Formats: sequence, C-alpha cells, structure tokens
Amino acid sequence: MSNILIVSLLFSAIRLTTPMLLAALGGLYSERSGVINIALEGLMLAGAFTAATITHYTGNPWVGLAAAILAGALVALVHGVACIQFKADQVVSGTAINILFLGIPALLSGAFFESTGATPQLPKGQLIPMAPIVLAFALVPVTWYVLYRTPFGLRLRAVGENPEAADTAGVDVSRVRYLAVMLSGALAAIGGAYLSIGQSSLFARNMSAGRGFIALAALIFGKWRPVQTMLACLLFGFAEALSIQMQGVSQIPVQFIQLIPYVLTIVVLAGFIGHSRAPRALGLPYQKKR
Amino acid sequence: MALEREKSLMKGLRQLIFPLAAVLAAFVAGSFLVLAVGDSPLATYQLLIGSAFTWPDGIGYTLFYATPLIFTGLAVAVAFRCGLLNIGAEGQLYIASFATAWVGITFAGLPAILLVPLCCLAAVLAGGVWGGIPGVLKARFGAHEVITTIMMNFIAIALASYFTQYHYKPPGDAILETVPIGEGGHIARLGRFVPGLPERIPLNLSFLLALATCVLVYLFLWRTRWGYEIRATGASPAAAQYGGIATGRQIVLAMALSGALAGMVGINEVLGYRYRYYDSFSSGYGFTGIAVALLGRNHPVGVILASLLFGALLRGGLFVDIFTEHVSKDLVMVLQGIIILFVAAEAMFRDRFRGPFGRRIKGV
Repeated sequence: MSNILIVSLLFSAIRLTTPMLLAALGGLYSERSGVINIALEGLMLAGAFTAATITHYTGNPWVGLAAAILAGALVALVHGVACIQFKADQVVSGTAINILFLGIPALLSGAFFESTGATPQLPKGQLIPMAPIVLAFALVPVTWYVLYRTPFGLRLRAVGENPEAADTAGVDVSRVRYLAVMLSGALAAIGGAYLSIGQSSLFARNMSAGRGFIALAALIFGKWRPVQTMLACLLFGFAEALSIQMQGVSQIPVQFIQLIPYVLTIVVLAGFIGHSRAPRALGLPYQKKR
Repeated sequence: MALEREKSLMKGLRQLIFPLAAVLAAFVAGSFLVLAVGDSPLATYQLLIGSAFTWPDGIGYTLFYATPLIFTGLAVAVAFRCGLLNIGAEGQLYIASFATAWVGITFAGLPAILLVPLCCLAAVLAGGVWGGIPGVLKARFGAHEVITTIMMNFIAIALASYFTQYHYKPPGDAILETVPIGEGGHIARLGRFVPGLPERIPLNLSFLLALATCVLVYLFLWRTRWGYEIRATGASPAAAQYGGIATGRQIVLAMALSGALAGMVGINEVLGYRYRYYDSFSSGYGFTGIAVALLGRNHPVGVILASLLFGALLRGGLFVDIFTEHVSKDLVMVLQGIIILFVAAEAMFRDRFRGPFGRRIKGV
C-alpha cells in the first residue's frame, strides 16, 4: 500500500469517527448520571435534520449548528421528563424517541421540500467540514476534566453511582440528571449536524444509519470513560474506513468488516476482554425520600 | 360466580382504558404535526383509518400487516414477562426468514407435507437460537440484553444480506433477493377459502397460525410451571431465586422462546407472501413489536388488539402517502413513537407510580 493510501485511510477514519465520538461523549454524560440513553440515534437524526433545514433557510451553517444543538437538547429534555419526572422505563422511552425521529424529519422534509425525506442540497460555502472534527476531539480532554476535576463532574458521578448519598449530601439529583441528559442531546445533535452539513450537504432519511447505536457500543467498550471511549470510536471509525476502502478490492466481503464493532461489543459485554462496569444507578429512577 | 365474572370483566375493561387514552393522546399530538405541515388532521385521520377497513382490500391488507406484528408483539411480551427487553426481534426475524428460505431452496424437491413443516421448524429454530444467544450471555456473563440484542440485529441483517448477495441471488438479478423456494413450501392464501377475498391479497394461513400462537402463549405463561417460573423471575428475580427457581435458566428459556416467536415472521413472509428471502423486507416489525407489546400490556389478547391497530395504520399510511397534499406515511411512525412514549410514562396519567414492569435495569 502506498503512503498516500494510508494517509487517506487515516483521514477518512477520523472523519467517520467524529459523529460517533460526539454522540458517545453525549451518551457518557447521560449514562454517568444514571440515565440510559439509547435515544442517541434519534437525537443525531434530530440534529442532522435541524442543521440542514435551518442552514438552508438562513444560509449560515453556524446558525444551523446552533439550532441543531437547541433541538437536540429539547428532544433530550423529552426523554429526561419521561425518565426523571415520570420514571418511565429508560430503554422504552429511548426506543420511542428513536422511532419518533425516524418519522418526524422524514415527515417534515417531505412536506417542506416536496421530496421523500431529503432536504435540498446546500452549496459548498455553507458547510462546516472541519469545525465539528476539532470540537469532537477537543471535547475528550474537556470531558475528562469536567468529569474528574470539577464539582459538577463529581456531582454527576455521585448521582450516577449512589443517588441516595448524593441527595443526602445536598445534591439536587433531578437537576444534575436533567442537565446531563440535555447535554447528551446537544452533543449527539452536533454529531448529527456534522453528518448533514459537514460530511455531506443535505439531510437524507435515516442518514445516521445506526451510528447512534455504534456510539453506544463505543461507550460501553470504552467503559464509560472519555479517553477509552474515544479510542473505541477511533477503532470503529477505522473499521468503517477500511470497509469503504476495501470495497471491491479485497476478497473479504464488506459485510464482515462492518460487523467488527458489533461483535467486539458483545465480546466485551460478555467479559471476555476485561470487564465493563456500568454506573451503579444506571437505569434506576430516583425517588426523593421525605 | 356471576359477581366474580363481573369483577374480572371490569378489571379487563379498566386494562383497556389506559392504552386507549395513550392512543387518543398520540392522535391528538400527531394532529398538531399534521396541521404544521399544512393538511387537515381530520381528513388525514379519516383516510388513515377509513382506508384500512374497506372490504376486501382494506381489511385483507390490515390483517396481513397485523400478522408479523402479532408474532413480534408476542415475542417482546414473553421477554417482558421475564423482565427482559428484547430489542432484537428485528434481527431474529431476519435470520429466521433467511433460514426459512434456505431450507425452502435447499430441499426444494420435497412435497408440501414435508417441506412446510421443515421450513416452519427452520424459522422457529433460527429465531430461537438468535434470541437464545443474548439470553445465555445475560444468564452466564451478565451482559445486558438490550445492548447485545441491538448488536445482534446488525449482525443478523449483515449475515443474511451477505449470504443472499454472494450465494443465493439469481445471477443477473438487480434486486437483492434469493432464488425462489420450492413450490411445496408455499402455504395457501386465505382468499382461497374466504368468498369475496381475492387471492392477490397476500393474507395467508399464517394469520390463523398467529392467532393460534396467541392461545398457546397464553396457556404456556399462565397454565404451565415453566410459564409461572418465567413470570416469577420477571416479577422479582430475587424472590424467584429464593423460592428455588433457577432464574438463569428462565432467562435463557424466555429469550429463546421470544426469538422463536419473532422468527415465525419468516413463515408469513417467505412461505405465505414472497416465496423467497427478500433483503431488508421488514419495515421495522421487530421495533413495532415493542409498541404492540407495551400497548397490549404484554397479554396475548392485548397483543392481537394492538397488532390490528398498527396493522391498520401501516395499511392506511400508504393511502395517506398518496392521497394527501403534504403528509407522508412517516406519520405512522410518528404516531407509534408518541404512543410508546405515553405508555412508557404512564405515571403521567396516574396518581401513584408503579414501575411499568417492575423492572430494574443494570449495566446498559
């Protein structure tokens, strides 16, 4: 293989890692606070659609990105209200959001743009191909710092591990969880926005194509820690880049390379490669004692 | 006696009220979306529901779409009863459908009396194994079934697509599908027996099989010891274990059974409808199964009712797509999402909170 090929493979891997990494870091905040977020997929779609639509109308991708962040946080708030306020089953609520946002963007783009589920193509000048990549990788040390070196991070982890104790110590469990869930929505939406106004130039139906679930896999693979999660995302991104570059070239069917993240996740979950322990209060609604 | 019966009837009715409220609330919420895109909600809903109940096409297709949903709804419900969320019905039905077609192709020469049961067995076994694996991973290693089943979905879809593309595709065919199964593997469409129902409507014998399966699942869960142990495990794993139930075995059993039920979709799809494996045929039947089970309160009767509703929506959605100005069939997905959200957050409608399934989740 020539050097040019290797360099292009690496760049492609980094591009493919970016949306996953953003969503996975988002998931990290939510899950470390004790709220399962399998809605990452739907949140990405919400972000991708909002970013493309608002950029189309305003001509400014930064406004589009800001709108996507807002949309992601709002949709995540719905998940938060269901899980925190009404103590809904968190997996079921996440599934509902995923199904909902498979439908809503397709319905709206079909109605606004007279097409079946795609937004109009954006001109090259209205795309932000670099900024989300930088942001995604910069957020890894930031997340590490927030999580392990700030009071908010301490509260976040306390709420996810032992909400009773955190409550006794005067932490507002619900407030921390709401913040974490909305943060996860905002980050996943940036990941989605990168898909529509960074990597490509429009929103297409179901364009996240399971990336939200791979992000979730990376989060588990990375044991809910920022740096390890990034490494997992890079591994999965590299596998995807490899599968694209090997299309039609090698004897190995593409399907098998695409399977790598899924198989690895199962192997890790089963405890064959190290043990991945979830935050202790993950999935459990918290009822304040009076 | 009479009083007793009246009491249980009232209890049944009360069970109906909440799901009905959730559906109603979803339709109201959905109508804002319809208004937002510039159509009339009333006309849209009239079209959505009305087109699903015309004879013979509306009803025929509604029942046809309801068939896979009964299977996946039962699948999710059985797992729920054991305290497990099977998000993997989609993958289980794909792998099972491919296995059904594989048997139908490989033993194409067999007569119907052998080939049909063999194909059905393939569907049940393949789905059962694909559902059983996450069960074993959970019982043996504590791997959470939600994540493993999501991953197994992707693996199933990729595997089926790989075998179709590289080994079983008719040469030169642009569509990703296998060669047809043997004639002996076809099962009859209901149009052959029901006067006025044309045979072009793909509603077939597997609809009756689905109804019979509901009865069997009911009998299994509430009239056998295994069913009791599964429900006990779901209600409280600690108490069940204390009571001498091997909860690990129940988890594997429930997941395998759940997968087998989801796998029966292959009978409807391959033996009754397309007579081959068609890549990415499922329009999310496995995920709609979650909505069906939740709305049907994880009871076979509820599953049938909810399947009929979602079957009607799938049928009506096609008409909404064509005959309204702006609304597309994606409206059905939106309604489905809102219904699940309302059912999940049912405390919103109730004074005191009781966990929807008494589930405690760990390790997602």
